[in-house]
Amino acid sequence: MFQSLQELVLGAGEGTISDFAIKRQCREKGEPVGAVLGKMYASLQVMREAVAAGLNPKVESVSGLTGGNASLLNKAVLSGKTAGGTLLGKAATRALATAEYNAAMGRIVAAPTAGACGILPAALMTMQDEYGATDDHLVQALFTAGAVGIVIAHRASVSGAQGGCQAECGSAAAMAAAAMVELRGGTAAQAADACGFALMNVMGLVCDPVHGLVEVPCVYRNVAGISNALVSCDLALSGIACPLPPDELIDAMKAVGDMLPSQLRETGEGGCAACPSAAQP
Amino acid sequence: MTGRARMDIFDVVGPVMIGPSSSHTAGAARIGRITRKILGEKVVAADIGFHGSFAKTWRGHGADRAILGGLMGLDVDDERLRNSRNIADAAGMKYSFRNVYLSDTHPNTLLLRVTGESGKALKLQAASIGGGRIEVQYIDDLEAGFAGDKPTLIVPHYDVPGVIAFVAGCLSEANINIARMGVFRQEAGGAAVMIIETDGLPEETVVEKLKLMPSVLNVTLLESL
Repeated sequence: MFQSLQELVLGAGEGTISDFAIKRQCREKGEPVGAVLGKMYASLQVMREAVAAGLNPKVESVSGLTGGNASLLNKAVLSGKTAGGTLLGKAATRALATAEYNAAMGRIVAAPTAGACGILPAALMTMQDEYGATDDHLVQALFTAGAVGIVIAHRASVSGAQGGCQAECGSAAAMAAAAMVELRGGTAAQAADACGFALMNVMGLVCDPVHGLVEVPCVYRNVAGISNALVSCDLALSGIACPLPPDELIDAMKAVGDMLPSQLRETGEGGCAACPSAAQP
Repeated sequence: MTGRARMDIFDVVGPVMIGPSSSHTAGAARIGRITRKILGEKVVAADIGFHGSFAKTWRGHGADRAILGGLMGLDVDDERLRNSRNIADAAGMKYSFRNVYLSDTHPNTLLLRVTGESGKALKLQAASIGGGRIEVQYIDDLEAGFAGDKPTLIVPHYDVPGVIAFVAGCLSEANINIARMGVFRQEAGGAAVMIIETDGLPEETVVEKLKLMPSVLNVTLLESL
């Protein structure tokens, strides 16, 4: 559907990536705009419900490895105990809540995967809460995120088993960063630059789930992912150009993924999973 | 999920699913669901074998619950998947889980043996190939090789000349385009199966007509998952 971020920027012209992506989606699937927007609105609602449900202190995964920590983080942020301030703290809480809810067999939207499902909802809900973005704006921004995700999936991969965590939480951060640039009034070129920064920041990140489960470190990598998305968005919004072309960074990520040994691609045999304390129960 | 030519935006922002893993949870539910559809009736007993990565992580990923839910017809975003063991128990469904070793297959593969309420039995091997997508590899030990994302006709038949032409002709008459087709047989002149993925959904009259051919043993039409 889309081959490069450059194509998205050119397609957007003076407008937004989301308008360009929505038009293309409608044309290729032969569906009316209303149906396409309605489907995305339904996904936004699932994201919102997952953030809320994940804040319940009783959330616990089947394995018992994760759950309930989003509630702790939420309390700490609201009571002013944290160092990162409220916007970052609330965004981090939302990412953790969604990721923990996923691990507890909650209903989520894979974005781009279930393992990285916390980053995009955290970005959107934070833009709504802090800056008053409407649901219509958030739905638009989801198409920008989706268009970016398609480019990454096309040129590289969004699967941890193929490309490592850089391909999952890295891609999700790139998608979220682009969505936030658009929601904050940035240009399409700035959205692409934000993707570049987000991928550059986690180039080489391995996929190393303890016991092979989508829990540790995954739920915490979602938190790191939203912070990466926020700073990448801000770098781009401030007018700093990504020092390397974003499309080349996607290709570089693909090359790094191909170089990763299988122990570092979701097999649960390296990285965090290889810590002595992570031995099978 | 890998790069695909026809990928659309809802493939990367989606699917809506019950966590935690698109391959181990959503894919497992889809395999259960397609097994139920191929059997064509309510499942009363199931023996589920886990191979590879499934064997190591099925419990933590809730793959057991996902498969049982799928066997009861639940979709990947149905919150009842979480409690499907209880639902199956209440319905009197019998089930067992074990690890199996299958040679030369995808790392995420399931081997299911199920029995329906009429006593009909089915053995199915399928892999969860990423992003919730699946591939049915074998049905009753005959090669299959389809994804279930398009309407699919499963036509067990005797390997005699003219059967394939007859089936293709019936679809052509009904203006149904064949997207992909595979023919698998155990030996020349023996049991064989046609797997036909179509763009449009064939009507029931087409299915009935196919069944009139003496060499056609049965016709199962699956709507896309």
